Amino acid sequence: MTQRLVVIGNGMAGARTVEEILARNGDFTITMFGDEPYGNYNRIMLSNLLAGVEDEAGIFLNDLGWYADNDITLNAGVKIEKIDRAKKEVIAADGTRTPYDKLIIATGSSSWTPPIKGINNPKRGFHQGVFAFRTLDDTRGMIRYARDHERAVVIGGGLLGLEAARGLQNHVSEVTLLHAMGHLMERQLDEKAGHMLQASVENKLGIKVVTNAMTTEILGKDRVEGVKLADGTVIPCDVVVIAAGIRPNTQMVADSGLPVERGIVVDDQMLVQGEQDIYSVGECAQHRGNLYGLVAPLWDQAKVLADHITGRDTAAAYTGSKLSTKLKVAGIDVASMGLIAPETDDDEVIIYNEPKKGVYKQLIIRDGVLAGAILVGDNSKAAGLIQAFDRAQALPEERAELLFDIGGPAGEVKPEDMADDAQVCNCNGVSKGAICGVVDAGCKTVSGVMDKTRAGKGCGTCKPLVQRIVEWAAGGEAEEDPAASWYVPGVPMPKPELMAAIRKYELKSVSSVFEKLVPGGEHDAKSKMGLASLLKMMWADQYVDERDARFINDRVHGNIQKDGTFSVVPQMKGGVTTPAELKRIAEVAEKYQVPMVKLTGGQRIDLLGIPKEQLPAIWADLDIPSGYAYGKSFRTVKTCVGSDFCRFGVGDSTALGIAIEERYQGLEGPGKMKLAVTGCPRNCAEAYVKDLGVVAIDGGRWEIYVGGAAGAHIRKGDLLTTVDTAEEVIRLTGRFLQYYRENANWLERTYAWVPRVGIEKIRAVVVDDAEGIAEALDAAVEEAVQAYKDPWKERAVPATPGQFRTSLPLTVLPQVPVRS
Amino acid sequence: MTIAIDKTVLGPVDEIPFGEGRTYAVGTDMIAVFRLRDGSLRAVSAVCPHKGGPLADGQIDNKVVVCPLHLYSWDLSTGCSQSGQPPINVYPVRVDDGHIILGD
Ligand SMILES: Cc1cc2nc3c(=O)[nH]c(=O)nc-3n(C[C@H](O)[C@H](O)[C@H](O)COP(=O)(O)OP(=O)(O)OC[C@H]3O[C@@H](n4cnc5c(N)ncnc54)[C@H](O)[C@@H]3O)c2cc1C
Ligand code: HEM
Ligand code: SF4
Ligand code: SF4
Ligand code: FES
Repeated sequence: MTQRLVVIGNGMAGARTVEEILARNGDFTITMFGDEPYGNYNRIMLSNLLAGVEDEAGIFLNDLGWYADNDITLNAGVKIEKIDRAKKEVIAADGTRTPYDKLIIATGSSSWTPPIKGINNPKRGFHQGVFAFRTLDDTRGMIRYARDHERAVVIGGGLLGLEAARGLQNHVSEVTLLHAMGHLMERQLDEKAGHMLQASVENKLGIKVVTNAMTTEILGKDRVEGVKLADGTVIPCDVVVIAAGIRPNTQMVADSGLPVERGIVVDDQMLVQGEQDIYSVGECAQHRGNLYGLVAPLWDQAKVLADHITGRDTAAAYTGSKLSTKLKVAGIDVASMGLIAPETDDDEVIIYNEPKKGVYKQLIIRDGVLAGAILVGDNSKAAGLIQAFDRAQALPEERAELLFDIGGPAGEVKPEDMADDAQVCNCNGVSKGAICGVVDAGCKTVSGVMDKTRAGKGCGTCKPLVQRIVEWAAGGEAEEDPAASWYVPGVPMPKPELMAAIRKYELKSVSSVFEKLVPGGEHDAKSKMGLASLLKMMWADQYVDERDARFINDRVHGNIQKDGTFSVVPQMKGGVTTPAELKRIAEVAEKYQVPMVKLTGGQRIDLLGIPKEQLPAIWADLDIPSGYAYGKSFRTVKTCVGSDFCRFGVGDSTALGIAIEERYQGLEGPGKMKLAVTGCPRNCAEAYVKDLGVVAIDGGRWEIYVGGAAGAHIRKGDLLTTVDTAEEVIRLTGRFLQYYRENANWLERTYAWVPRVGIEKIRAVVVDDAEGIAEALDAAVEEAVQAYKDPWKERAVPATPGQFRTSLPLTVLPQVPVRS
Repeated sequence: MTIAIDKTVLGPVDEIPFGEGRTYAVGTDMIAVFRLRDGSLRAVSAVCPHKGGPLADGQIDNKVVVCPLHLYSWDLSTGCSQSGQPPINVYPVRVDDGHIILGD
């Protein structure tokens, strides 16, 4: 049967609780009473309203239409004076009685007025010019009055007082903040942080702050003319705003015979102690001895109340909230949570203090989890800290990471803090909203979402964020994607199993893999390239090369460009060329009117904008082998000039680089392989950040680094070993690359693979031959080296019909500009 | 969306290797024709609706084509995108006596 629900208080907690009840399809006819003559507005935003950054329309949460749409009877501007528990009725100021089956008390708090002489006018409540800061009416009155006046005093230096002071600056020219305690925000900040904040407020905002200021009297006969402090100081002013604290609205409740201590006493289901049908929620409720003055705890309380009252989850329990706050004053960053001072000798206290910049950060860690934090002057890490604090998450060993962004992936942003249109994937322009849309439509795996939106499929740096958003949007955890461990999405096997099956059934072509190993024999376009690479590596010249398994780049041996043309990058081993070679390149560029000639990041020359049908002719005219600047393959070996010319060189880096490229040119792999050899640790060829980098050191020796990267991901390579000869470098390079080819996942670059496997393990296998496979690796890579054929020789006769026929639509394409 | 088009003989089917696609100009339209590994043909608009990529250079299986530029994919039979992009046109096409016949 539909029950009658009455809610006293139409503020943030009352209205939110009703929303939660509606969301659970609670079967009630709802009547709400609110002392304020409005629908429900966002009280928090009164600060912004005062500061002029928000208008009144912008702060309403539920307008009158919402009440009508949901069949809620709203009595706005009607105060409840008594609850008649015996008759189960509430009695309004005008005497009308409204019966209830269930009652929710959400009367909130009022501004507390300290006992100051002259603050009240016996006839009109406050003295003219004195305001509280709690309601929309307060704020309107303040704005109206301040408009014609010049000097304001705010009494109270907590969150509310600071926001009031800042807001008043929008209306008057002089604002003084009086605080009775020794430092600002003493409930949230320690002394040092409080002083730091005071300095910023005074210097940056120009608000005068007086601490230890006991206001004893409001001066002025008809209206405010000043305030007087205990020490006799008089501060002339014409507006006074009181922000000295709040007191819960419980008088009426206590008078009705319900249990009230500091607040209305409730249990873990938000039921008033000893009552079956009366709940209380919000600032007026006292739960386990605590009263809360912030909205976050109210939201949690509202959910539990709604679960319980609707019977959705009668075991739901509210067990208290951890408090964190941020100051909403533009330009002044303050955040605080939990403890503000250590409580035991074992509490770990971490402090960073930079007074000149006004930056202060303090963390208190207990038993490995965050027990408290204070941030002043820099809130960039606040979101992450609040999350760690709320969820008692394990903290990074490197505590400094909690306070600063030190390299590594970008700071942890909380998905819920991001705007819907915030761009998550900067390569493919995917917004948070687009990701959430796909999740809402039912796709709850990270890889599924990445496939559908292409988020995270560019440089990949946003993948962790995509994962967090999917988890958040899916309401906690993303679904496990079984395909995550597969080598390619279309064949349900991880790489080792897949390789074993391919060997067992002697599968030598991509289509045979689909037919034998995929249930139903389904082919998969997105798996072809990875399989082609794997089969070529496994079978070398026995591999059955189905051309359609290749990506277009590998079909025509060039990198496809945005307009469907291709780039031609001739090999230039070690970045060394000759005048004759340069002339040939120049002549080709002129003859074919190549739109752009550019030096690449890999020390060679790129001819860009070549139509597919011209490729064979250009290769013939160049008569230089392919530089493989298009495949998942061995790319370049960058070198510096080394001991031949450089004053500092201790090794012949150029010769070694050329030798390495000569030997391993064109080697296919799971990802690109970019190498470098540098002549001394000055590292001009950037060898520390290559898939494999070689550094000459004094004494004729060479260091080999692996797993470095300087693309979207930046990583210094790990030192694999140090060897005595160039021959040794070449041998270990081949062995390392082969080990990588056989073991890495498709598209897994060395910078991911090396840390995954671990440099110790790799060193054991490659350098120390701990598994006895060194000889086999050497033999396998030798076989691949022998199988090398310059693909640009495939030009006299096309490998397939129409291999170089244009696929270019002849109009509509974006044109690449020609640079002369 | 399937688009009606006048019957046109595009050329011998051997022009298209199995599993690949080739572009044909038909009047003012550019049409990519693919020859699936099962021997059947599919014809779709040649220009990727995302940023104009040449779809005939994309990789296919028996269901979809993947554009070579940014790897979005479309169903070859319905023209629908699997990743929220606008659809591509689909044209009737078949093999007759070793020739590619576009249109009904
Ligand atoms: C300027 C300002 C800035 C703030 N900023 C933040 C912030 O940044 N972050 C944060 O977490 N919190 C902030 N707060 C605190 C937050 O607004 C309160 O915690 C929250 O509004 C409490 O909700 P409530 O429903 O319990 O009380 P209220 O929102 O006060 O609602 C209670 C309602 O009940 C009505 N009422 C009371 N008695 C009766 C009665 N007998 N009959 C009928 N109606 C009655 C009142 O008129 C009022 O409308 C701020 C508060 C203010 C004033
Ligand atoms: C489709 C996407 C990409 C295209 C078309 C492209 C193209 C190129 C080309 C043509 C070069 C010159 C290569 C050479 O001389 O051999 C190059 C170099 C480089 N690319 Fe890319 N690239 C792409 C994606 C990436 C990604 C995803 C990364 C990083 C993860 C990356 C990192 C680099 C780096 C670091 C270099 C410099 C290499 C060096 O100095 O040796 N590229 N890129
Ligand atoms: S060349 Fe590389 S860095 Fe430049 S736009 Fe293309 S992918 Fe990005
Ligand atoms: S790395 Fe050393 S040897 Fe090579 S160019 Fe730089 S300074 Fe000279
Ligand atoms: S142009 Fe085809 S996917 Fe971007």
